[in-house]
Amino acid sequence: MSKTVSFMTKNFGKYDIHSIDSYESIGGFDALRRAVTMTGFEIADRIAECGVKGRGGAAYDMGRKWHQAREIDQKEKVVVCNADEGEPCTFKDRALIENDPFRLIEAMIIAGYSIGAQNGYLYMREEYSHLRPLLLNAIAQAEEKGYLGKNILGVEGFDYQIHLQSGAGAYVCGEGTALVESIEGKSGRPRKKPPFIKQCGLFNLPTCVQNVESLCLVPSILLDDEKVYLTYGTEKSPGTKMISVGGNVKQPGAFEIPFGITLREIIYELAGGVSGNQDIRLIQLGGASGKVCGPDKLDTPYTYEDLAQAGLTVGSGAILVVDTRTSVMDFLRTTQAFFSHESCGQCTPCRGGNKQMKYLLEKVASGTHTAEDIKTMNKVIMIMQQASLCGLGESAENALCSAMKVFPEVFAVKEEIE
Amino acid sequence: MEMVNLKINNLPLSVKKGTRIIDAAKQIGIDIPHLCYFPDQEIKAHCRICVVEVKGSRKLLAACSTVCWEGMEVFTDTKKVRETQVGVLEMIMANHNVDCLACPRNQNCELQALCSRFNLVKPNMLHVYDTTPVQDDNPSLIRDMSKCIKCGRCVRACIESQGVAALTYSGRSENFAVTTAYKKPFEHTDCILCGQCSTVCPVGSIVEKDDTQKVWDALHDPQKHVIVQVAPSVRVALGDAFGLPKGSIVTGQMVTALRIIGFDRVFDTNFGADLTIMEEGHELLDRIQNGGKLPMITSCSPGWVNYMEKHHSDLLEYLSSSKSPQQMFGAISKSYYAQVAGIDPDNIVTVSVMPCVAKKYEAARPEMEADGHRDVDIVITTRELAKMIKYVGLDFPHMPESDFDSPLGIGSGAGAIFGNTGGVMEAALRTVAEAVTGETLGKIEFNAVRGNEGVREAVIPLGDTSIKVAIAHGLKNAETVVQMIENGTADYTFIEVMACPGGCIGGGGQPVNTTFQMKELRQDALYDIDENLPYRKSHENPDIIAVYDKFLGKPLSEKAHHLLHTHYHQQKKASSADTF
Repeated sequence: MSKTVSFMTKNFGKYDIHSIDSYESIGGFDALRRAVTMTGFEIADRIAECGVKGRGGAAYDMGRKWHQAREIDQKEKVVVCNADEGEPCTFKDRALIENDPFRLIEAMIIAGYSIGAQNGYLYMREEYSHLRPLLLNAIAQAEEKGYLGKNILGVEGFDYQIHLQSGAGAYVCGEGTALVESIEGKSGRPRKKPPFIKQCGLFNLPTCVQNVESLCLVPSILLDDEKVYLTYGTEKSPGTKMISVGGNVKQPGAFEIPFGITLREIIYELAGGVSGNQDIRLIQLGGASGKVCGPDKLDTPYTYEDLAQAGLTVGSGAILVVDTRTSVMDFLRTTQAFFSHESCGQCTPCRGGNKQMKYLLEKVASGTHTAEDIKTMNKVIMIMQQASLCGLGESAENALCSAMKVFPEVFAVKEEIE
Repeated sequence: MEMVNLKINNLPLSVKKGTRIIDAAKQIGIDIPHLCYFPDQEIKAHCRICVVEVKGSRKLLAACSTVCWEGMEVFTDTKKVRETQVGVLEMIMANHNVDCLACPRNQNCELQALCSRFNLVKPNMLHVYDTTPVQDDNPSLIRDMSKCIKCGRCVRACIESQGVAALTYSGRSENFAVTTAYKKPFEHTDCILCGQCSTVCPVGSIVEKDDTQKVWDALHDPQKHVIVQVAPSVRVALGDAFGLPKGSIVTGQMVTALRIIGFDRVFDTNFGADLTIMEEGHELLDRIQNGGKLPMITSCSPGWVNYMEKHHSDLLEYLSSSKSPQQMFGAISKSYYAQVAGIDPDNIVTVSVMPCVAKKYEAARPEMEADGHRDVDIVITTRELAKMIKYVGLDFPHMPESDFDSPLGIGSGAGAIFGNTGGVMEAALRTVAEAVTGETLGKIEFNAVRGNEGVREAVIPLGDTSIKVAIAHGLKNAETVVQMIENGTADYTFIEVMACPGGCIGGGGQPVNTTFQMKELRQDALYDIDENLPYRKSHENPDIIAVYDKFLGKPLSEKAHHLLHTHYHQQKKASSADTF
């Protein structure tokens, strides 16, 4: 099995990213031309056949999502591309935008056509503002060529515009409802659910939110008559996946891999091994909200099913390698500090929980914790997971929770203190 | 009507489609704990204390925001639910200044009640709370952030019903807080001191400024002749504080209680209301006949006056120059009453019991005085009066009833309905119509101006002609009318505005947690009082006739202007310019 593939990244380096003509010369917008010969449901079915799960982190069945979005009988709908990519160690979407901006624009137009939307919002994190000119240029050229605007490709009534929106600097804005609040100009704080944004989202319109990578897969899938995509991966995790590997590795980077290669292959071959040839202390998958494992899991294949078996998730596609120079506790405190900073604070479990956890972790780090403290930690974790308003609070303690199982010795209560 | 079948704790029940779990549970007698949920407000589901288990759901669901579906199975009392709810409560308590005995909301606090229910004595967690100094810089409201549980009910009251947005959220994570613009004192923000925030706060974080000690001090001073006036809507809300059915009329018990508390005379603000109608009604006629500024807008709601002075100071000339009933009563108490009773006005202390915290601000305005005497000396709210009655230890529901004193104790039905939205309009029309036509009205009720729509309009025949009037309550609705004036589409002659939704019966000084349903019961009660009074028009009130005969001459006389009219001026509001 080859370690990297070029399915959705096949255009990387193949054309002038500032020129729509150059993009068209390598087959750009062929997928859109194909799309307009199909119905929205057919496009959704095509995605479903490929078993694509959303690549933002929640891994929701993408074909089903587009099907539901199409089904909603409302005149006005919205597509939102989530390019907030705020999970620490996640930078695969950036690679897609940097190297193939027109693909994302084309994919957003296809999404608009498929679900019957008139507007697409590209919500990009503020930290990527250097990519704004690239995207604005792509949007402007697409407008000039008539890929955006009225009656696109001569399809009567297919009117669609793309708006580039800059994030306002909060991690939580990657959460769908906080993201739409942010586009609306409000503070980025999540809404209660229901109503779900698929029914009532941006400007109270049915809203289909998709991650950059999920969208970028679509043009390739639509033109994939030979079903090459399905030759990659495993039965339960078909296809390819963008990952970003970082932390203590020699060659951090974003890679398109077929599902099924092992964590060892990813870390030691794609990323060149651990920096300074140190031993691995732990690996965190899926960003700061992801779970951790020890080096004993290195031979786990990178698939939804095998990772689940190992107590891990794909999440955002990030793979963070931490070597033995960092202690488990320092890693956990850093992760906790991140959430204690990024919680929006409106709901009690997340606001109060992150505050308590920060304090309790400091106690554990200093070795002065009691059995009662560990009990309180478990209680706070349970409340955060069960009762938080949004996914941030629910997943904030994933790293800690998994670390408590993998590294129980770190949390052992010292007898003399008791 | 479409119904939905579900089970709560294995008990089957049917509810209307769209019912939320919290209300469905209430139907079968289960009280799901809640804090951020308030019946008349948008549901935010922030506090998360109402989470319950729903079969098939991965996480616990908020009962306040989750709508019941067919076949739903809810469990409100499992180990997991209880541990989570109590845990959330513990987290709230861990950031709460637990100072219950010194708290104005002691024994009337939703957080305290939940701790008592769940037997939570003290949180077994790191206990730290906001140490921002208590904000006590205005005559009406006190804010204590150390007690804030961040439920957002105050913010929603300020934004949703008032459209003022003086309160909002700031910060994130543990710094998330309810705050004013640039953390300034209320008076230097857009706040108009209506106090709606204080009626929905579940704890003691925003409360009225307690002036009861000032009243006790006056009562205990043998030199002072202490008189009290009670606003119309206090008598239909005070009973709430003593467990009486909502909307109970407790006028007689209240008068007795005030006497026992020690007031030398117990008078009725309805008298002041009648006086306001005499002045304001004739001011309206004068403006119509002599080309004055129209539409004339009522000015008896001090929150509304603050709103105009802060937000629309270019439109102040539309406001009636007539003082509010509270202030008219006060001015008369220090002049006419002093004269009649033979008491030196320096020794008279005039106390008001009001459904309103903005009345405290109104009474403290520098211009609210005449001949060196403050119109009103101390203002307490319905809530504070309830505290004084409890302090004395009275069995309020079983008090014998008694009548107001003379000569400022008779109020007409027109004065009574001042407490309802549309009431001032109706009271004015009763007098104006008869003044214009010189004939007695066949039907006293003006049903066209009653009701609870946010903005109402009606065309009222006045002799040969007719006038178009409008009524708005809640400042968000009032703003709609203001916009019409600004863009020239307000073809009205007379507009009534009350700052608080429902009128004074829903005022910011009324018993806490007044819901819309309770407001309607209070409104009905005021209309009942009106119907059963011997005098139902202000100009027929014998005490009013007497004060004009013996003292004021006629409406809008020089003396009346001196004592009973006022002027308005621009108030500064929040701006970013003076922050940096």
